Amino acid sequence: MTGLSTQARSVGAGVAAVHAASVDRDARFPSEAFAALRGERLLGALVPVELGGGGASLFDVASACHALARHCASTGMIYAMHQIQVACLVNHAQASPWHRALLARIADEQLLLASATTEAETGGDIRNSVCAVRAEGERFTLAKNASVISYGDAADVILVTARRTPDSPSSDQVLVAVTKADCRLEKTTGWDTLGMRGTCSDGYRLEAAGELAQVLPLPFADMSAQTMLPVTHIVWSAVWLGIAADAVSRARAYVRAEAKRKPGTTPPSALRLAEATTKLQQMKASVLTAIRQYELACGSPELLTTLSFATAMGTLKVATSEMVLEVVDRAIRTCGLSGYRNDTPYSLGRHLRDAQSAALMIGNDRIMSHTANQLLVQRDGSGPFE
Amino acid sequence: MQRNLTPMDGGASNAGVVAFADPSDDALIEDIRAVLADCGGLAVEPARLAPEDDLYTAGLTSHGCVGLMLGLEERFDVEFPEKLLNRRTFESIAAIRDAVRGLLDGAAA
Ligand SMILES: Cc1cc2nc3c(=O)[nH]c(=O)nc-3n(C[C@H](O)[C@H](O)[C@H](O)COP(=O)(O)OP(=O)(O)OC[C@H]3O[C@@H](n4cnc5c(N)ncnc54)[C@H](O)[C@@H]3O)c2cc1C
Repeated sequence: MTGLSTQARSVGAGVAAVHAASVDRDARFPSEAFAALRGERLLGALVPVELGGGGASLFDVASACHALARHCASTGMIYAMHQIQVACLVNHAQASPWHRALLARIADEQLLLASATTEAETGGDIRNSVCAVRAEGERFTLAKNASVISYGDAADVILVTARRTPDSPSSDQVLVAVTKADCRLEKTTGWDTLGMRGTCSDGYRLEAAGELAQVLPLPFADMSAQTMLPVTHIVWSAVWLGIAADAVSRARAYVRAEAKRKPGTTPPSALRLAEATTKLQQMKASVLTAIRQYELACGSPELLTTLSFATAMGTLKVATSEMVLEVVDRAIRTCGLSGYRNDTPYSLGRHLRDAQSAALMIGNDRIMSHTANQLLVQRDGSGPFE
Repeated sequence: MQRNLTPMDGGASNAGVVAFADPSDDALIEDIRAVLADCGGLAVEPARLAPEDDLYTAGLTSHGCVGLMLGLEERFDVEFPEKLLNRRTFESIAAIRDAVRGLLDGAAA
């Protein structure tokens, strides 16, 4: 196991687990877990070594997301969302001095990055924007009705999608790195939700002003296809896998306790546990396959922008977001009332509520209709196992 | 092969002059403009776009690319292989022309 994975496991079990119930109950930012992650310098895990970071692989980062989410899904999801933003900077903005300096600061000061893609007018349609970058000389202004920004209050930097210019069509987007000092956030909606309560995904009216150098050099469409889309679906899936894995752990502990009470017999609930374990294994296989596909395509813009790759990543998200619900459901049936109650070591209510967000984070139907459209022209791939 | 090179601009390079001097290139470009008008879903008139203009800046989306590709396959009776199914293939009229030309030449060979 790598250092990152081991460190994340220890923060997960030692800190995130301790505060998970209160983070969920009070819908508050998991500040203790993030203090610990900063203490271990894990916010800079993806930053290249020469810029002071950990130079971690996506495999390692995904395993860290999983390790955290096992104990507190909100902590895992915030860590995952942060890493998606860092990955965009690492893969596409190192040639820009402004962003290179930001990467060094992320590692040095352990800055937390958030994302503002969702807009009140466009919802989960992240490849269209209404707001636009307004350039004036070397500077810009930007105003966005950002209806969901997870941990907007706690973040140090927010990456914002916007149209390139006020005259650009809605699909001609750029990504802008906005620091807290550059922007004013006015809260428009709160986050009193079923699950993922610790992500504090409030809505804001965002008004920013800064240097044009803060706009990432590549069109957002390219970054989205090559990095944001695959990395998002992989690390989100790793988080949901963590939720599922902990549900199965609890179910296993329940069955073992039952078995100890009646030695010599296998409790009937063990059958459901076997079923949950089968689904968990399928889910794990999906995540690991996607990471492998990403690794094989990595560094090749051609491979990363093929339709078959986009389909693989989109369908990963749809599949794992459904599977996590099935695993948690089987785990609850395994534990019976002990899993249904909120006050036992086998409680699975939080897992179920957190898992319900998976299908909604960029709605599965939206992804499926996009995939259906792309399948009209898709061909067999030429890589291994295609 | 030489003919497949994308001109750097409207004729500053030799490759550009050679490519534009080929009359069938002009015909190809007009056909591509017609398909773009029918299937591209652009924010601007394809007739007003120069061969090198960025189609994504003109409003081409991934959804639009799918319609465009089906339209091109129908018009030119070609099939785009997997390796051409990416954003770069459709980034400009000139890029599409090069791709279609490659497919037509490949089919003739
Ligand atoms: C825990 C969590 C954290 C989040 N954090 C952030 C964040 O930090 N930053 C951010 O910008 N956003 C964030 N989001 C928002 C997220 O990215 C999506 O924008 C949001 O979940 C979509 O919300 P919606 O269902 O209201 O909107 P819509 O996307 O408008 O969808 C509404 C419904 O219509 C369906 N639908 C939409 N289009 C189609 C179509 N073409 N075909 C078929 N069905 C369709 C959808 O599947 C859905 O059921 C977060 C969401 C969650 C749950």
